[in-house]
Amino acid sequence: MKQQFSSSFFTLLSALFMSLLLSGCGSSESNVAEGNRTGILHWGNGTEPQSLDPHVATGVPEHHIIVALMEGLVHKNSKTLEPEPGVAKSWTVSDDGRVYTFELRDDARWSNGDVHNAHDFVWSWSRALQPALGNLYAYMYFPIVNAHEFYKGEITDFEQVGVKALDDLTLQITLKNPTPYFLQLLDHYSMYPVHQATIEKFGRADERGTRWTYQGNFVGNGPFKLKTWEINRAIEVERNTFFHGNDEVKLNGIVFYPTENVTTEERMFRAEQLHYTNDVPIDKVQTYRDANDPALKVVPYLGTYYYRINVREPHLQDKRVRRALGKTIDREQLTEHVLKAGQIPAYAMTPPNTRGYYPPVSLSFDPEAARQLLADAGYPNGEGFPVTEILYNTNEGHRKMAVAIQQMWREHLNIEVTLLNQEWKVYLDSESSGDYQISRAGWIGDYVDPNNFLDMFLCDGGNNRTGWCNEEYDRLILEVAPTAKTHEERLAVFTQAETMLMDDLPVLPIYTYTTKHLVHPSLKNLANNIMDMQRYTEIYLEGEED
Amino acid sequence: MFKFALGRLLQAIPVLLVVITMTFLLVHSAPGGPFSADKAVPEAVLVALEAQYNLDQPLWQQYFSYLGDVLRGDLGPSFKYPGRDVNELIMSGLGTTAELGFYAMMVAIFIGVIAGVTASMRPNTMQDYVPMTAAMIGICMPSFLLGPLLVLIFGIHLEWLPVSGWNEIPGDKILPAITLGTGYAAYIARLSRGGMLEVLSQDYIRTARAKGLSEFLIIGKHALRGGLIPVVAFLGPAFAGLLGGSFVVETIFQIPGLGRFYVQAAFNRDYTMILGTTVFFATLIILFNLLSDMLAIWLNPKLRQQVRGDS
Repeated sequence: MKQQFSSSFFTLLSALFMSLLLSGCGSSESNVAEGNRTGILHWGNGTEPQSLDPHVATGVPEHHIIVALMEGLVHKNSKTLEPEPGVAKSWTVSDDGRVYTFELRDDARWSNGDVHNAHDFVWSWSRALQPALGNLYAYMYFPIVNAHEFYKGEITDFEQVGVKALDDLTLQITLKNPTPYFLQLLDHYSMYPVHQATIEKFGRADERGTRWTYQGNFVGNGPFKLKTWEINRAIEVERNTFFHGNDEVKLNGIVFYPTENVTTEERMFRAEQLHYTNDVPIDKVQTYRDANDPALKVVPYLGTYYYRINVREPHLQDKRVRRALGKTIDREQLTEHVLKAGQIPAYAMTPPNTRGYYPPVSLSFDPEAARQLLADAGYPNGEGFPVTEILYNTNEGHRKMAVAIQQMWREHLNIEVTLLNQEWKVYLDSESSGDYQISRAGWIGDYVDPNNFLDMFLCDGGNNRTGWCNEEYDRLILEVAPTAKTHEERLAVFTQAETMLMDDLPVLPIYTYTTKHLVHPSLKNLANNIMDMQRYTEIYLEGEED
Repeated sequence: MFKFALGRLLQAIPVLLVVITMTFLLVHSAPGGPFSADKAVPEAVLVALEAQYNLDQPLWQQYFSYLGDVLRGDLGPSFKYPGRDVNELIMSGLGTTAELGFYAMMVAIFIGVIAGVTASMRPNTMQDYVPMTAAMIGICMPSFLLGPLLVLIFGIHLEWLPVSGWNEIPGDKILPAITLGTGYAAYIARLSRGGMLEVLSQDYIRTARAKGLSEFLIIGKHALRGGLIPVVAFLGPAFAGLLGGSFVVETIFQIPGLGRFYVQAAFNRDYTMILGTTVFFATLIILFNLLSDMLAIWLNPKLRQQVRGDS
């Protein structure tokens, strides 16, 4: 009796449970298959964007979405990264390289159909430079006459800033000094125009975080417009029929997923929920390599992984010590056996072929010379060398790297090195207050020009943080390079400056980053460039024949 | 019963005040501010930003104005997501997390009670050992292991169920619910086995058996009510724990819930978001504890007597 009851009770409940669980089950089309049919791209985007306001946002995930929704005066060619017409149809540069005159296209429209002209740029840029807005990329504007002064509040009349609408379709920009990379900056989202009426409808011009970027409110000028924004779920954009180049756009929409967890993202890709991943888990790269899987795309990236040395520390003040440290990092070993994802050993700050610039190579792996340098500095065979600490933000990859370097220094220099990991914000705090000895760092270029990697180490550069200061270096970057007559001459000045930097070595470059993505075979015409920049107007989807 | 509930709610006020004060002091003393970033933030911008969020005021002033806002039900603006306020962010994730928590709880109760009751009916036989060993494994298996394992089997190899998402593809709620529910199922199994064993040895059950009642009635009507009291007492805190602890599962399955906000807020030093979610979860825990106590009183005649006696 008892036995009978328990088995029938159990069977009944099990049946109920299974039916509950499987009730939702059914055959359904994958995102990729559906997207290929409807022209919707499913894009892994890393994290939830903080903001879609181009004058407030700061990150790469934000960038991916904003460039779908907006356009600047120019945009970069996805292959050469040279500027091409955007809202501006054409432009001229004065002989002294200081005055840029842009002729705007007459068919530019906002996504609500409003006419889009030169006055939009003047208003938008005056907004972007309001200190209260907290635009972290305001420095993109600083080559413009009086932009920095206006931003600091030294002048309050925007008329005095070098931005003028000569007429509805002509915009004139006057620079302080010739700035050969100025056109590059114009493609950064912080210099995109915004729709005045929309912004004023939801708050003051300099008010940070109003609701104008919400779904239903957003007005942009790009190839797509905002359809839905569900926090932590997805952001969906759809074709903007008012976009001047709408006829050439092949995609009907893009769905951006905040794929915070890189292993989840990889599983989503395998289950065909994504066409494109933001990243690939480090330990999966080799698996894809071994399988010769064409989905894996690894491309060099305009970014350098390096160690900062705090030159204010007594024993690190001696450049012979810094050079000894720099010469005993076996970068080939690190990229080949620790990183294993195609990273390139770096012997200078600027990545090779940054707009035709190849940095000087004065650094090399040379333990013999390093030991001699350390001995000359008063530490023969590492004796008496103070225990030195490497600081890094908590991350498995950074830890592996630090352990390997700790080992190398111990082996080649016989010095004691300890490791300290700190949570991200604590690490930022330690680094910017100079409370470290050696710390891990990375720099990703905002624009393709050596200047972006070298002006970091100006004496009062906010991102310097090493305490290193060299007036001659400052002069080369601030005065000599901007006035160089030709591109070659300018690159020669950078070579000179970087040679100084690499001789003094307040930073130890380690490797040039790569970007890693998984790409579904139906996704066509993706670009391969060092900025990891894609143009959604060029990408298209092609269903596989089966 | 009403008096009991009211008394408990009044007790909650000082508890919440302590929670708010401690959290407030802790977040403000953590190194690194909400606006520190990889790229240097110009001084002028920092000043403007701090002024905008009242961070330039003395700490005590910030504290009292925050308390005032909380009383009015306003948890303030998020620092990390300009334009979103904490209320809005909590509401955006709450529904999803509550739904996930509910399904997980259903899974937990369903598996747990069946396993526990089955085991208790024949203690120290295979019918006991098998479900209890499984329960032990369930307790030990962390969700960050179980989740990916289930995904690999059911999502990628068998292709039966979606590997991520929530309310997007039919069936995408199944794996997260099982992943989150399993650990709790294991607890419930052990609790219900213990509770049932105790009840089944009592005189009134013997009486029921002597009367010749069917085993179904004995278990279903007489034993379960008493045997599940430990489970009920566990449910309140467990549900609050499910909501707060769903972070791992939400991350594994790409679910837009509250747990992700909670953890990210701490990493981002999003002061108002940390405080807001903490206050919110503290309130939930207090409420669920109260509810489960009330349920326990209703189920247990002895306790009912006590409460009446008190009031």
